[in-house]
Amino acid sequence: MNWSQLFSSSIGKKIVMALTGIFLIIFLVVHCYVNANVFFPNAQENFNRAAHFMGTNLLIRVTEIGLFAGFILHIIQGYKLELQNRSSRKSRYAVNAGNKTSKWYSRSMALLGTLILLFLIMHLVHFWVPSRFGGLTEVQYGNDPIVFHNLYAQMQDTFAPMWVVVVYILGCISLSWHLLHGVQSAAQTLGWTNKKYTSIIKSIGFGFSIIVPLIFALMPIFIHFGWELNLGSLTLLF
Amino acid sequence: MQHYTMNLKLKVWRQQNSKSEGRFEVYDVNDISSEMSFLEMIDVLNEKLIKDGGDSIAFDHDCREGVCGMCSMVIDGRPHGPWQGTTTCQLHMRAFKDGDTITIEPFRANAFPVVKDLMVNRGAFDRIIQAGGYISVNTGNAVDGNAILIDKQNADDAFAAAACIGCGACVAACKNASAMLFVSAKVSHLALLPQGQPESKQRVAGMIAQMDKEGFGSCTNTYACEAECPKEISVMNIARLNREYLQSNLGS
Ligand code: HEM
Ligand code: SF4
Ligand code: FES
Repeated sequence: MNWSQLFSSSIGKKIVMALTGIFLIIFLVVHCYVNANVFFPNAQENFNRAAHFMGTNLLIRVTEIGLFAGFILHIIQGYKLELQNRSSRKSRYAVNAGNKTSKWYSRSMALLGTLILLFLIMHLVHFWVPSRFGGLTEVQYGNDPIVFHNLYAQMQDTFAPMWVVVVYILGCISLSWHLLHGVQSAAQTLGWTNKKYTSIIKSIGFGFSIIVPLIFALMPIFIHFGWELNLGSLTLLF
Repeated sequence: MQHYTMNLKLKVWRQQNSKSEGRFEVYDVNDISSEMSFLEMIDVLNEKLIKDGGDSIAFDHDCREGVCGMCSMVIDGRPHGPWQGTTTCQLHMRAFKDGDTITIEPFRANAFPVVKDLMVNRGAFDRIIQAGGYISVNTGNAVDGNAILIDKQNADDAFAAAACIGCGACVAACKNASAMLFVSAKVSHLALLPQGQPESKQRVAGMIAQMDKEGFGSCTNTYACEAECPKEISVMNIARLNREYLQSNLGS
């Protein structure tokens, strides 16, 4: 037994899916936290400062490369897994048990992943491409000499048409379903589940899969309508 | 429950051998008693087919009491039919009502080639067992059952895993035709006991390598296997198998 076998065997492939999946979950948490600035007063400056930090910090730029690698590994391995699994039953059943014995979203991870991927490409074109390759307006705040990319204005432009907001919400719904299966599946693949922990893991997975995509979905809505959440002194770190 | 009789329409998969194309044939069966088992109902149909000079429907069966795991078939999309925790031989016709149409197919998986009609070759399971699903001991007098102390919980879990009858319903139910529930039961009932420890690393590595070679799919944790297993083997065994596999790889 060696490492290459660990990653080429059926369980090994699942371990790659689970590890990259968890890595993507960590990314989601960070991404969600930084973007949550858009909900609060003074959103433009706070969000642009946070985005500036994320875009210039060396550690974060290095992690970004890891993030792309993680995505690519997850996607390639995901499609390979799906194709191999489909081809392990050449003759199909005339009648299927369907939802009686498993959840539809558990059976549709590649489909949901594909929807997320399509969303992701559009999302990168909206924000990542202009912030890396130019096309954003610039702003300065007070006496601060730093010139910031006005990514916030880019969001306002992007989310001005309602249909873009709707597409983003659909993307978040796909993500929610992907995670509803994915979180507990990753835990099971890594062998963390047992009689005691399974119900706790499933509850955490369920909560995460609803709450995080919901927060993401609220962002384009807030920006489209120009809402802000005034909770007095409560704001984010940035 | 009241006894009743029923007339049914059966759509049955007929296939000459593993090479030929299969197709569905439709048969009428009449005056079936609600007290009959599902296999007895097929027996009635086969008697009639033979009397009419036709070819009887081939299906596997042996014990007809839910312990041998031979009676593989998919009934209306469900391996071993609609009842939970039940083999086909223990399924009774009171699960159906007069006028029902029942679709009967073989277990479908590349690793389980059809021998004829509803019969499949589950030899792949035997080869997985040969790849590590055993312990090597010198035989002799039986040792005192209490000579080796075993944690109660482990003993119970091992016993529950050992209930697997190797029927293959987990493979038939899985959208990926994965054999993980079967392999996890066979790894678990040895991994939980002290006698299984010395060979635990080779066991899990060998069995998984053989499982992959036989052409079963990867597990994607949909848990359809657990829902269909006639012995209600828990997917917690799959988590244990994953742990054993990781340990076997990281440890060497
Ligand atoms: C932010 C984006 C994403 C996150 C957080 C995420 C998360 C996860 C997690 C946690 C799993 C479970 C791993 C396991 O079953 O062991 C998973 C599985 C999977 N993901 Fe993703 N994923 C994302 C994007 C994608 C994309 C873009 C695809 C495109 C194809 C994809 C395809 C799959 C597939 C096919 C599986 C395997 C399903 C299974 O094993 O049941 N995912 N994902
Ligand atoms: S795990 Fe259950 S369904 Fe699978 S072979 Fe064993 S008894 Fe049959
Ligand atoms: S014939 Fe033995 S389990 Fe059904």
